[in-house]
Amino acid sequence: MSTATEAAPEEVHESDEAHDDHDHGLSDFGYIKVALLLAVLTAAEVLIYFAPPGPLEVPLLLILMVVKFEIVVAYFMHLRFDNKLFTWMFVGGLVLAIAVYAAMGTSMVFWTDPAGCDLSPSPNC
Amino acid sequence: MTDTPTTAGTAAAVEPAEGDEPQIAYPRTEWDDYEIIPPTTSLSNEKLTMWTFLGSDCLLFGALISTYLLLRNRKPLTGPEPLTAAELFDIPFTSVSSFVLLMSSLTMVLAVSSITRREMERCKLWLLTTAALGAVFIAGQVYEFTSFYREGLGYTVSISSSAFYTLTGFHGVHVSLGIIMLVTLWVMVNRGIIGPERAETIEIIGLYWHFVDIVWIVIFAVVYLIP
Repeated sequence: MSTATEAAPEEVHESDEAHDDHDHGLSDFGYIKVALLLAVLTAAEVLIYFAPPGPLEVPLLLILMVVKFEIVVAYFMHLRFDNKLFTWMFVGGLVLAIAVYAAMGTSMVFWTDPAGCDLSPSPNC
Repeated sequence: MTDTPTTAGTAAAVEPAEGDEPQIAYPRTEWDDYEIIPPTTSLSNEKLTMWTFLGSDCLLFGALISTYLLLRNRKPLTGPEPLTAAELFDIPFTSVSSFVLLMSSLTMVLAVSSITRREMERCKLWLLTTAALGAVFIAGQVYEFTSFYREGLGYTVSISSSAFYTLTGFHGVHVSLGIIMLVTLWVMVNRGIIGPERAETIEIIGLYWHFVDIVWIVIFAVVYLIP
């Protein structure tokens, strides 16, 4: 989560705010800054959609998606500040899902009949 | 633990009190010098359960997203090519919906932050705001589905449209359940059933709400924006 780490706005330490007994996370202003960053990234995605930068369009959209995903999980869901076991439970499911469906996807795309009969039956099959 | 350790070398029956079950006295071992502590992670079981559920929900949405990606360009064998959802997308409209859902994540985290500072009125306000933003998102989705249907893209028009409606519909159901939970939380906070000492309850529902947000981040990019 290096990207999210670099963008860390105003982390609150226990001594920073005497009235805040929440032992981790950001201040309210910090959360607002994170939300503004997410809004800017969303605007960038839409800009890329309407003015595609050639072959970079898909990679850029995927990178922005991953960055937004990480920021929400790290800051809004507090995973950056919480016990690592929570991270493992979530990332475990996420990695399993990506692995299983990537395997399924490749099997449907690469390991099909050359005539395309497995996925897209045609009159030739 | 009704067993009574003794210094005797072999098990022996202890004289039971009247009405009690007879007890067996086991030989004393070195373990009797230690206090028995139940195994624990020292973490909140409820929070761990929610994270486990969210991890498993990744598999559900992974299945729906990958199915849509595999089927979205599939054409029928005969007849005219039906409409696809991608031909009807209104990206500016969906971008606003995405922005609304993102901002609902902000208001949700502000609700959690408020209750940890014992600011109950502010917490209730943020909870209601989050539910309202979620309702705006759902209203947008209903509008989108209705306009697609009027354009001729029904659920059974093609396998591509079925995959699209199933994916976005499942997400919509998740958001709707989240709204119900948020309103329930608001009622419970309003009645004093949930106070600052149970802030974790709001945090756990917040985790669910943020999860539907990150799922939409993926759907918005992969389904709507990437050609």
